[in-house]
Amino acid sequence: MSAGLRARGLGLILGLALSLEPVALAQAKRVISVIPSTTEMLFAMGAGDRVIAIGTYDKFPPEAQKLPRVGALVDPNVERILQMRPDLVVVYDTQTELKRRLERANIPYYSYSHQGLGDIFSTIRSLSMRVGVAPAGEALASRLEREIAGIRAKVAGRPRPSTLVVMGREPGSLRNVYASGGVGFLHDMLEAAGGSDSLGDIHRQSVDVSNEMVLARAPEVIIELRYTNEAINAADLDVWNRLPAVPAVRNHRVIVLTGDEFVVPGPRVADAIEKIARAVHPEAFK
Amino acid sequence: MAASTDVRRRLFVTLIGFGALTFAVMLVAPLAGSTPIHLSRVFERSIPFADNVDAQVFFVARLPRVIAAALVGAGLALSGVVFQGLLRNPLASPDTLGVAAGATLGAMLALTAHADFTLLGISVVPLTSFAGTLGALAIVMAISLARRRGTSSTVLLLAGIAIGALLSAAGRFIQYFADVTDTFKTVQWLLGSLDVGSYAPILASLVPFGIACIGFCMLPRVLDLISLGEDAAEARGVDVVRMERIALVSASLSTGAAVSLGGPVYFVGIIVPHIVRLIVGADHRLVLPASALFGASFLIVCDLIARTIIAPVEMPVGIITAIIGGPFFLWLLFRGR
Repeated sequence: MSAGLRARGLGLILGLALSLEPVALAQAKRVISVIPSTTEMLFAMGAGDRVIAIGTYDKFPPEAQKLPRVGALVDPNVERILQMRPDLVVVYDTQTELKRRLERANIPYYSYSHQGLGDIFSTIRSLSMRVGVAPAGEALASRLEREIAGIRAKVAGRPRPSTLVVMGREPGSLRNVYASGGVGFLHDMLEAAGGSDSLGDIHRQSVDVSNEMVLARAPEVIIELRYTNEAINAADLDVWNRLPAVPAVRNHRVIVLTGDEFVVPGPRVADAIEKIARAVHPEAFK
Repeated sequence: MAASTDVRRRLFVTLIGFGALTFAVMLVAPLAGSTPIHLSRVFERSIPFADNVDAQVFFVARLPRVIAAALVGAGLALSGVVFQGLLRNPLASPDTLGVAAGATLGAMLALTAHADFTLLGISVVPLTSFAGTLGALAIVMAISLARRRGTSSTVLLLAGIAIGALLSAAGRFIQYFADVTDTFKTVQWLLGSLDVGSYAPILASLVPFGIACIGFCMLPRVLDLISLGEDAAEARGVDVVRMERIALVSASLSTGAAVSLGGPVYFVGIIVPHIVRLIVGADHRLVLPASALFGASFLIVCDLIARTIIAPVEMPVGIITAIIGGPFFLWLLFRGR
């Protein structure tokens, strides 16, 4: 076990120990979440009626959209948050200034961070405990684990095609291409979907990919992620034809997947993995 | 006559020396990279191009990249020379008058608005980036036209800094309302990249570069005289206001074309002219061509290092230009002391 994993494990144990304190066990009734994934988790575990405000970029679920917005990761509106008198604020781990100010105001917070797929389930479980809906959280996490296990079973035993998951690039060109690397939840999702990450040996969440690297890695499948439901310009995908030696291009396996669930590590993760699995192993879903 | 012959001889030596360096670098750079390729396979005609990985690495990935680096490096270095000479300020750079900030604003607008169109094979971001350049240039020209004889170059410099600050603020305003993924794309663009992946943007950039070069050809003697002071230049028959406009348009077009092609690669435009002056002296007849050649070589080498030093991943080229250029510049400054 690496030092980093040990430290994270210790942090988790400490976090659980802290959550057993009397104050932490109190049910949260006025929750503010400024991170899209935790907002989705709260609604999916049936605690949506306790959420009083969300973050600027929280686009799901639809019933959350009527709630007031109080900034996001880099620009939380602290004054507004304090004014709304929450009894729990869900923040991202790097929001140190927000956490400091919440501490000064004596407002409890739940600090969240994610690295890989497993963090989604552990967060759902610990957040549900913190909010006071532990059975619903457990049910949600277990359901997601079952669904993902089902997808894994469907693609098990099949050859795992080398796959490049492109997270973004300049429109109309193969410039500033960045793709999922060998760590992070997108990498984990691809592995669960039966693909072999063509950048799996690069231990970074996001990798700047040059044209040369695409040619050298020769992925059999290229998945391009788009996060909005704007119409896809077919001509835009033709830019890949500049690299005809790449098997994915030669065999017409450049696939666009649309939806913000690919960048939100939340309860829609099983749907996202299934979309990837259908792209990588279409024959398994016939 | 003897002085003129001496300059001609020095120009010849300078062009041969820097030209040989650029030629050697352009020859070697496409052969090196993170992926091993065989030159014999690159030119193997029995293998169809669509199946020839080595040929595609060479012709699609590396060669356009080396040409783009040469153009961007030369364009930024030339702009730097002209801005430093014209404004008589050693700290002037291609972005001093806010042209690069205009190009950046144009790129940000396209990325944030999810604009998706191409024109003559050129994608939207270089197009809007160049449009941003033209917008900034129009403001610079308006200031230049409004400038009366006797207004110091300091006023132009300060106006340029104000324009740059204004355009940068507009960029940050757009960023503030952008989605996280759009912000990430913008950050990627701001890091600069010469991996152009096709020849279309290179060919398109030749138009503004070509126009700029016509202007640069008219400037060496003028810049030498302006370095003595505008009055001295005017006394020797230079139409200072007219030549200043030609210099501004040329340097701005060159900067805009460079930033549209490679993103904002900082440091080249400010450091290369100084390094070249330390080698060939202050005569702009030598400094201008030598800076173009040295700027091209410098950026090609920096990009080669950027794409190989931590292979298989790459480092943003702007980091390499700063790491190499800074100490080299300091060494040149202090070597004789």
